[in-house]
Amino acid sequence: MRRIEPAAVLGVMSREVANFRTFWRSTTFSSLIEPMIYLLAFGLGLGTTLVSGVDGIDYVQFVGTGMVATAVVFSSALPAMFGTFVKHRFQRTYDAILAAPVDVEELVSGEMLWIGLRAGVFGTFPLLVTIGFGLDPAPGMVLVPFFSLITALAFAGFGIAVAGSVAKIDQFNYITTLVITPMFLLAGTFFPIDQLPEWAQVLSQLNPLHQLVVLVRDACFGFEWTDLLRLAGLVVLAFAMWRLAISRLTRRLID
Amino acid sequence: MAAIELEGVVKTFGPIRAVDGLDLIVPEGICLGLLGPNGAGKSTTMRLLTSQAIADEGRLRALGYELPRESKEARARMGVVPQLDNLDIDVTVEENLKVFARLYRVEDLNEAVDRALALARLADRRHDAVDELSGGMRRRLLVARGLVHRPKLVLLDEPTVGLDPQIRAEIWTLIEDLRAAGTTILMSTHYIEEAERLADEVALMAQGRVIARGRPGELIAEHAGRRTAEYYAPPERRAEVRSAAVAAGLQVRSAGPALVIVGCERAPDGLVPDDAITRPSSLEDVFVNLTGEELE
Repeated sequence: MRRIEPAAVLGVMSREVANFRTFWRSTTFSSLIEPMIYLLAFGLGLGTTLVSGVDGIDYVQFVGTGMVATAVVFSSALPAMFGTFVKHRFQRTYDAILAAPVDVEELVSGEMLWIGLRAGVFGTFPLLVTIGFGLDPAPGMVLVPFFSLITALAFAGFGIAVAGSVAKIDQFNYITTLVITPMFLLAGTFFPIDQLPEWAQVLSQLNPLHQLVVLVRDACFGFEWTDLLRLAGLVVLAFAMWRLAISRLTRRLID
Repeated sequence: MAAIELEGVVKTFGPIRAVDGLDLIVPEGICLGLLGPNGAGKSTTMRLLTSQAIADEGRLRALGYELPRESKEARARMGVVPQLDNLDIDVTVEENLKVFARLYRVEDLNEAVDRALALARLADRRHDAVDELSGGMRRRLLVARGLVHRPKLVLLDEPTVGLDPQIRAEIWTLIEDLRAAGTTILMSTHYIEEAERLADEVALMAQGRVIARGRPGELIAEHAGRRTAEYYAPPERRAEVRSAAVAAGLQVRSAGPALVIVGCERAPDGLVPDDAITRPSSLEDVFVNLTGEELE
């Protein structure tokens, strides 16, 4: 592997920060308001009529803690997919960056780190909202941004790899329908997965979003030793996706 | 040391040989114009120099660095002005420059940005979003962005393509200033006037290789003579004049409704009709003579 220069990675991130300053208000607004709407609809609606609690956890808190994973995937995989494609194909931003002393490894690392950090922060918003809905603060919660960051890095790498592989932007529909949506629904956000058929439970265990949901809930209600394995799995996935993203984008950007 | 040394460079895209055995040496401190029609291999050559395309064969060096192995070192000292506007349009003029100053590891960001703004004459627009600038201002900013780190070598890829004449003149002034400061420039273009006005030397490219090279005046004198006649007349009359010109050993071609006689000062008395329009020969005439293709 060639040496990755922090200055190049930070330079790529500085471009993202400069752009983010122009639209942070709308993104932050939706990241705060969306979990509130979900909690009102599912938590208060479903929770007060059909389900009072799951595994001894109040249903509002069950959904609220699970929504951290939802916020993470939607603020990492989708921006990585669409952002990368648009910057490469339509804005030609990467042509300009790669003409500077920046390699594809550094470009991908900068993009992934920025998306990871952003999703790490946005991932905590549902938790903060749930605290507003009555969840008791717990010391383990300070690790939630870190868990979100690691998971977001994996999904950012996945999104960049997808963007480096598709020929047309509408092909993202296959990915959102066949990958993102099933992951989102089988994460254990809205219902416990132990009620699902066995095959679905196996799939859920392979689902990184489910691992994040469990980590976040355990951060709120008490860790177990298996959480270390979950975290290790997410770290390995993030590394694998980083390398995959570099490989796919190199093929796309370097003739 | 030459700023650019390309030797036997080949780059293929599937069945297409975009660059086909290209040999090109650009000495330090000159402005070399790469002149050729679309598809001649000019942009691919530019991408090879930034290692955004990797050659299949041949040796490439830029500023003494071997490409693509030492491409990063070369790119740190090279400025690139792309053909297409790829500025961040929602971000301010100043931030656009700062981001690239960081990417080029410039130590004094503020000094670099102030200098680039002065160069682009955009100091009073530094806090405006790029989206609010006129087309000419955006183009000047694009040039300034490529110069923010004081590069030793500048690659200009079709710097004025698609611009109106007034904006083109503004960009030419910027390039002339750069040239006067002794920066080495490799400029691809398919505009004759641009090459003739800005380039110390011109390399004519066709089908992925250089077919002729020299100072514009020398190339014209060697391949197209001093003057060229354009003769507008009915087809039968043009055919008569064409036959006489060919018989006299002159280069002729059709250009729409006109017959073009290149190097007409060498024509025997009475061959060029009195009502023909004569003009100084140009690089266009050289190019067409050598390739049979039009430039624009």
